[in-house]
Amino acid sequence: MDTTAQHSEPKERPPASAPRLTLSGISKSFPGVRALHNVSLSLYPGQVTALIGENGAGKSTLVKIMTGIYQPDAGTISIDGQAVTLPSAHAAFGIGVTAIHQETVLFDDLSVAENIFLGHAPRSRFGTIDWRTMRKNAREVLDIMHAGHIDADARLRDLGIANKHLVAVARAMSIDSQIVIMDEPTAALSMKEIEELFLLIEFLKEQGKAILFISHKFDEIYRIADRYTVFRDGEMVGEGLIKDAGQSQIVRMMVGRSVDHIFPQRKAEIGAPVLSVSGLSHPTEFNDVGFELHKGEILGFYGLVGAGRSEVMQAISGITRTSAGTIILEGKTIAPKSAAETIEAGIVYVPEERGKQGVVIGLPIFQNVSLPSLKRTSKTGLLRLAEEFSLARSYTERLDLRASSLSQDVGTLSGGNQQKVVIAKWLATAPKVIILDEPTKGIDIGSKAAVHGFMAELVAQGLSVIMVSSELPEILGMSDRVIVMREGLVAAVYDNKGLDAETLVRTAAGIAA
Amino acid sequence: MTALLKYREIWLLAAIVLLIGLISTRFPAFADPGNLRQVFNDTSILMILALGQMVVVLTRSIDLSMASNLCFTGMVVAMLNAAHPAIPIPLLIVIALVVGLVLGAINGLLVWRLNIPSIVVTLGTLTIYRGATFVISGGAWVNADKMSPDFIGFQRAAFLGIPVLSWIAILVIALFFLLMTRTALGRSIYAIGVNPTASVYTGIDVGRTKFVVFCISGMIGGLSGYLWISRYVIASVEVANGYELNIIAACVIGGISIAGGIGSVGGAVLGALFLGIISNALPVINISPFWQMAISGSAIILAVMLNARGERQQGRIILRKAEAV
Repeated sequence: MDTTAQHSEPKERPPASAPRLTLSGISKSFPGVRALHNVSLSLYPGQVTALIGENGAGKSTLVKIMTGIYQPDAGTISIDGQAVTLPSAHAAFGIGVTAIHQETVLFDDLSVAENIFLGHAPRSRFGTIDWRTMRKNAREVLDIMHAGHIDADARLRDLGIANKHLVAVARAMSIDSQIVIMDEPTAALSMKEIEELFLLIEFLKEQGKAILFISHKFDEIYRIADRYTVFRDGEMVGEGLIKDAGQSQIVRMMVGRSVDHIFPQRKAEIGAPVLSVSGLSHPTEFNDVGFELHKGEILGFYGLVGAGRSEVMQAISGITRTSAGTIILEGKTIAPKSAAETIEAGIVYVPEERGKQGVVIGLPIFQNVSLPSLKRTSKTGLLRLAEEFSLARSYTERLDLRASSLSQDVGTLSGGNQQKVVIAKWLATAPKVIILDEPTKGIDIGSKAAVHGFMAELVAQGLSVIMVSSELPEILGMSDRVIVMREGLVAAVYDNKGLDAETLVRTAAGIAA
Repeated sequence: MTALLKYREIWLLAAIVLLIGLISTRFPAFADPGNLRQVFNDTSILMILALGQMVVVLTRSIDLSMASNLCFTGMVVAMLNAAHPAIPIPLLIVIALVVGLVLGAINGLLVWRLNIPSIVVTLGTLTIYRGATFVISGGAWVNADKMSPDFIGFQRAAFLGIPVLSWIAILVIALFFLLMTRTALGRSIYAIGVNPTASVYTGIDVGRTKFVVFCISGMIGGLSGYLWISRYVIASVEVANGYELNIIAACVIGGISIAGGIGSVGGAVLGALFLGIISNALPVINISPFWQMAISGSAIILAVMLNARGERQQGRIILRKAEAV
């Protein structure tokens, strides 16, 4: 492929006012969840469109549809006015859609040049890869992008994330991709690297590429985007030119919603402090985190993805180490060295990734529930199955678990019911403090209500709950107090009285009121 | 899951019955209870070894050094017996268990503390332990005439009409059954194999549990060392050379997933029996050893195919139920 030609003589493009890519009426549902409903999006050549929305608004699903990974249930995709279908990732790639993710999907053990030309490497007369031409072309592409500092022969593994992004973009350039999707590309970059990325985006704009830029950070959006599209709960709620819209206006579009979910009323008596954490620090992930959790309280932790909330919780629950700080549980200082110790002390952590960190698929329900409580259900070293069963039965019944038998493999349950098994498993350890990390992420409305109802019941019984959540309605509907974290620090602590969503989003994103 | 596993074991049991039936058409005496008892006795050591390997494989690891451990420990007890015939056999068995345990603990520590993949660690100790056998023996053999009558006779003594070797196998099977179904350790072994990350969050020490399973497989290797040497009455550097593959084959035929987390005591025992019957019966009905190898090999591939199919079916069940809920 001759990469230089396309830059010296740009191909004829439709006028800038016509969108290059149009999605219209796109809907997509998964069992129990409606991810996208009748959404539209247009990307214009030479312009950056920012896609804005809370977690779970449907941004990732849309990206997967645009890159051929998911098929929409309804709606059309057209490029330059022509309807197309993207039955596979390969088809999307061939038609000129390239996505650059947070963790860019490239091949760590191949060279930069190989990554750029994988799948369309120049061939020699004998059909073998023409390495010399490939390296030369790779260097040319990188030079055009002002990324000549990247060695085309370097292993990708040895490059930083910013440079990996550059390689991904170089790959897009090498196939003359007209549509570039950047899904939170700055999440793992330093300030300097972000500046370099912005220069690159400017360059892509000059090249007439249509760019979709997904970010949670408003300063970045206002810095680089020309247009915006706002998603909320799987629907498109607004779009326009970024210069015509104020930040508050966009925040309102993101969070303004009809109340379609009633949160349980609860009358938990908030008592004395149970857990107090002070000066908790980690070398790279969080610093000087301190808070108090009271008996019967639900303490919400809000923040953007990557603000360090889960990392703090993993440290408190003994899964990772801290560099400084104290954790006092009911007047006793604890220095957890393992998860088993904190479970013993009375703190349990219900992790975010249900499949990976929560249920043990392949074991039956009752064995999943009893797994952290095996010490209590065994005598003289032997497990007592009857006791395991009754333990499992009492907690799964309270959570209204739908299963034909407790001997059933958890893998056969729906997501919502699996989550109930995970919660039952932790409750069975009789904890004092229960930390729920995104307890309702990706589960259906009915199961959400059951989990919320159960949280209310827990605090009514005198337990204390820490709830890490990125869902604003959940944070506002369930928490007694809300701690907002930003970039590994506690940004603010709010009493949940008359607290509004906009304040939380502003604090989390660092926008001045 | 349990139902599915039972299903697999019944399949294997049916295959074994069919095999015995087929053989008895050519050689009717094969299906005699007396002969079947003999086949069980002949397969005892493989069954014991397969169970030791099973707990390791369930945690997504592998112990390639078991046969070398057997060889080394066998040499140690044979030399001890030759030098001090007065040492009673039960004490010698305890010594074999301890020596095996030490070798297993070395594997386990390397896997646990240094985080080296078990296949690499035990590939190394496979040669080291066999080399160590050469070092302690100077390459010499210990022959039957140097072993005490008790040393050779212990496992052959009959108790209720069944040799002690078979009783030892039955005892080991029972202990493993108890371990895997009724103890916290057994439960942790399954949990680690299925989902190591969730196990960490649940408070299971994954590294330490792996250490423990290598200790178990080491002890089994050591025990089998005494049993093997006293059965074949010769200790040399060549003892059980390459036998680690038979052990793993028995596990695989028994439906123990090399990916960890799936498998049962019954499966491992039946897998070993299947191989035992093939190697016992085929020479009797005049089938060449090369055919034996081909049949064993086909059985391995067939077993893996059936297991893979079983797992796929499980996937379909998930979808149907998910839709129904």
